[in-house]
Amino acid sequence: MPALQDIVVAIRSDADIVSARQQGRSLATAIGFSATDATLIATAISELARNIVMYAGQGEVMMNSVEISHRKGIVLGARDSGPGIRSIEDVLRDGYSTSGGLGLGLPGVKRLMDEFAIESELGQGTLVTVKMWLK
Amino acid sequence: MEVPILKQGRFLIATIQAALSDADLLQLRRALIDKVIHFRSNGVIIDVTALDVMDSFATRTLRDITNMIRLRGADTVIVGIQPEVAFAMVQLGLTMEGVATALDLEEGLAHLQQRASGKS
Amino acid sequence: MSSNKRSASQEQRTAAQSTELLQELVAHLRQNRTQLREEWANRITEARLLTAMTKDELFAEATSVYDNYVEALATGTFEALQSYARNLSERIIPRGVETHEVVGIVLLLRDVLARSLFAKYQGDFMMLNRILDAYEPAANRIANTVAVGFVQERERVIRQQQEAIRELSTPVLQVRERLLILPIIGVIDAQRARQLTEQLLRGIRMNRAKVVVIDITGVAAMDATVANHLVQTVEASRLLGATVIVTGLSPEIAQTIVTIGVDLGKMNTVGDLQGGIEQAERLLGYKVIPVADTASS
Repeated sequence: MPALQDIVVAIRSDADIVSARQQGRSLATAIGFSATDATLIATAISELARNIVMYAGQGEVMMNSVEISHRKGIVLGARDSGPGIRSIEDVLRDGYSTSGGLGLGLPGVKRLMDEFAIESELGQGTLVTVKMWLK
Repeated sequence: MEVPILKQGRFLIATIQAALSDADLLQLRRALIDKVIHFRSNGVIIDVTALDVMDSFATRTLRDITNMIRLRGADTVIVGIQPEVAFAMVQLGLTMEGVATALDLEEGLAHLQQRASGKS
Repeated sequence: MSSNKRSASQEQRTAAQSTELLQELVAHLRQNRTQLREEWANRITEARLLTAMTKDELFAEATSVYDNYVEALATGTFEALQSYARNLSERIIPRGVETHEVVGIVLLLRDVLARSLFAKYQGDFMMLNRILDAYEPAANRIANTVAVGFVQERERVIRQQQEAIRELSTPVLQVRERLLILPIIGVIDAQRARQLTEQLLRGIRMNRAKVVVIDITGVAAMDATVANHLVQTVEASRLLGATVIVTGLSPEIAQTIVTIGVDLGKMNTVGDLQGGIEQAERLLGYKVIPVADTASS
């Protein structure tokens, strides 16, 4: 399959969160994900995009289909040039719940997706990359 | 986009449309409290049938709404959570403890009526 | 410096020659289309491949494959061939055609065409060499494209079938109004557990169930992952307004659930299925009058 351009959604306000997850759902459905998986993906996008708005003010969400050794899936990236995360260990610990305070919800996103990676540097920004494969 | 809120006897029914932004949710919170006070409602149904994603913010806000309405002596019930949405919510760890849920409008009304009769 | 220039232009010349040769090859294949195609169809029958097809079908497909093959050689692009391969696979897989047959017929075609090249250029060994040099990589790529296309399609079909089997083997039963029973039997892995949850949630919505009894008497063992899924199923069902009663919890499974940090007191559990159904009926407001309910002395 020819490589498609990344779909890039600028995230500047909460309205963009809705746009990002709608586009994510469309892409997921186009790739062939079930309704359930498309919802998981849209939910993950919502969380990641919201983190950008809450902690960095602005950033972008990238999404694309991906194919490795005949395995198809979706790859999502959430990037910002915000303050960065002081302790990645902390935010990935399950105690950081989203239901209580203003947790980042990253443990939840990690559970939702098949692959999860996060890079962050104080004062530079954060990049979260996640993948889900067609089952 | 404003969420329509209908009055049905002593109850209020808010029907959420899809593509609800954070600002819309906060606006809903304000509007519901105002109307509960104004109409002295016993209960509120929030119908999320059209919502295709429920994330941490939506869950938090619905919980806030429930708690604030409880302070006015009224009950809240969330109805219409879709199967895929419920699935995603529990995967993400959002269980909405402390918030009453029902399958649909009919069940929601039955729940509120039960609660109302139980109280008096 | 000048030698570099020479090798660069030499490369260009070789590439141009290769294209020229391929064009000559393609012309030859087109000219002898009828004869080569028939030869190939005969070889296929001799090798007892594609026996699931009738002679007419075989000939029709052979024609399509031949033309697509030559087209790929002519244009040097493989997208059309790829989509044709997938299309062909979609049609022949339900007929029971297997991978080795598809690989077999493509290799036979390759052989038939190569032999016809030997025959044509037998007088000019140098030319034969050059034409084969041009032919080989293209032929390899074509064989690969078709075979991989077929295998991918087959894998997709198998996945679909597995999904269907899983759905069939986990029935969600409606026994009373607003009451669903989900008996789980056998081994559950994470994927099946997930599928069970999806089916149950859909069932709750469709049947407007208020109570669900999940019976795990028939489940031999459960690891923490699946126990987690069970807990998630209970939570997700609640979001749809349904109460879940778990029955048939063995001491081992109860232990697993406690180990993953779930407070069993929060989960509605009853010893056996019958007890669970009775509890469910009570929750639904059915009056359950035990037969022998006399005041005991």
